[in-house]
Amino acid sequence: MDMQVKVKNKIKNRKRRVDTAKTVLVTCAAIIFAAMFLMPTILTITNSFMSSAEINANYGTIFATTEKGGKIFISKTVNLKFIPDMVTFSQYYTVLFKSPQYLIKFWNSIIYVVPIVVVQLAVATLASYGFARYTGMIKNVIFFAYIIMMLMPYQVTLVPNFLVSKAIGIYGTKWAIWLPGMFSPFAVYLLTKFMRRIPTEVMEAASIDGADEWFIFSRVCIPLCKGGIASIAILVFFDYWNMVEQPLILLPDADMHPLSVFLSKINAGEISLAFAVAVIYLVPPLLIFLYGEDYLVEGISYQGGIKG
Amino acid sequence: MKKFCLSHVKKENRIHFNGKLTTLQKKKLISWLFLLPSLIGVIVFFVAPFMVVIYYSMINNPIQKEFVGFANYVNVWNNAAFKQAAKNTLMFSFLAVPLAVILSLFLAAVMESRIPFKSYFRTFFLSPLMVPTASVVLIWQVMFHQNGLVNNVGTFFGAQKIDWLKSDYAAVVIIVLFLWKNLGYNMILFMAALASIPRDLLEACALEKANKWQVFWMIKVRYMSSTILFVAIMSLISSFKVFREVYLMTGDYPYQTLYILQHFMNNTFASLDYQKLSAAAIIMFIVVTILVYIMYAIENYYGKDVEG
Repeated sequence: MDMQVKVKNKIKNRKRRVDTAKTVLVTCAAIIFAAMFLMPTILTITNSFMSSAEINANYGTIFATTEKGGKIFISKTVNLKFIPDMVTFSQYYTVLFKSPQYLIKFWNSIIYVVPIVVVQLAVATLASYGFARYTGMIKNVIFFAYIIMMLMPYQVTLVPNFLVSKAIGIYGTKWAIWLPGMFSPFAVYLLTKFMRRIPTEVMEAASIDGADEWFIFSRVCIPLCKGGIASIAILVFFDYWNMVEQPLILLPDADMHPLSVFLSKINAGEISLAFAVAVIYLVPPLLIFLYGEDYLVEGISYQGGIKG
Repeated sequence: MKKFCLSHVKKENRIHFNGKLTTLQKKKLISWLFLLPSLIGVIVFFVAPFMVVIYYSMINNPIQKEFVGFANYVNVWNNAAFKQAAKNTLMFSFLAVPLAVILSLFLAAVMESRIPFKSYFRTFFLSPLMVPTASVVLIWQVMFHQNGLVNNVGTFFGAQKIDWLKSDYAAVVIIVLFLWKNLGYNMILFMAALASIPRDLLEACALEKANKWQVFWMIKVRYMSSTILFVAIMSLISSFKVFREVYLMTGDYPYQTLYILQHFMNNTFASLDYQKLSAAAIIMFIVVTILVYIMYAIENYYGKDVEG
């Protein structure tokens, strides 16, 4: 009897130990991955608090510009620093109060992105109700066309965008960025998926009670899809905040470029500012991410599959 | 869930066809009205110009407008720069996509296991998604510099120093950046798929004393097969889009192995060769459409298999 209990306990203990070992192992793997995922962001942030002397000392003249505009490295000594010797806000001070061109580009980014997010969501909410309310052969075909358009790389869509902006005379203006963004099929696709999860009975019930279509849309569907709308707004914001291709092709005037493009063209003399500018550019998406992570996860989860 | 059109509705539709609209037909028409803004925008900014692109791809030049059939396609196909760009893009995808699928599956498995601070890890893994590429390229350049962090770690383990961005290893840098940015997104998709596996099925497996390996391959992978394909094809398509990263890291004229399709397009834009551009865009369009169609078909096939 005593013996049996002992053996049982031994087996139990061993199992527990194996389990603990596994947990430790997996946690270690997770920590290593997390470190790799976080490092670039954290390094950018910590480096932004260095004085320009320190940055120049560490990275020397890493970033010099060739005639073609590409960057070459000429420094012999590069010390990647994790923590600045002395924390200073001087870079931020310079960017915010002395070099207006960065703030202008930052403002450009906002001017491009905010209207696109708002209008794309508005158009898409309407359209997704149209797609989800009654389905039919034609709507299915159109929806599939939307999916294909959504998945097209920029290489394909930029040529049509370029042609149409030339044709209607908006090439080189803000509208050339705005309009294609506002009618982008991405939000329509995702929001339709959200709306299709609303049981038909709910809408039918409202309809029988005498609600017209607009009432069902605005008082039944939108409140039920609030979470979906929020998550898609976040995804669209990230996408356009990050845009590089469209301004390069559609805006020949570099003064109108958003900060995302301008950051890559910061010249050698101002390299110490670049980190501070990068962090300032990071702040809006960071705040949105921290505030709306759960929405974001929900929005991504809904994309698991092409169909509804 | 997926289709709202009930069979009796259709019959009713057929009976009333003379003159007056039934309420249902009226409602259906209204649902088209909801679609209208998006449809107009999509037609004006995507579909119609795309037709023009098709037209352009088949004429000799925009002034003479002589029909030349597929001559432009043959030209593009035989163009050395296009070949180089296509080869590089394909090489990149060939390496990056399997890594993206396997590593994100691994991350999802880590998130499934028992580890402490799970929600923090999810935040960490997902955080690169919100970081604008432009914000981190600086630190990326520093890390992969001849004397940067990666080489320092490498030499610590006795490896040769490599000038990453100016050698055949340049693609590795971009692959790392691509994975860094996209793994979190894929991980969420896999987590959602793992969560959707019916619990009772897993319990049944436990009762039958299936080992973890069997459960993983026979149940989980089978249930996730459509998600795996979805992630693979989405990664493939987003791997066509890495131009943004390459451009921000290396400018207009990168190292030879980094010259990808978007560079080809941008440089062709600069020379305003519409025919070449159009033909290249349509070749891309056909490739992507085929990929999407395969995804759609496979999803249909597997979807039936799992649900039934």
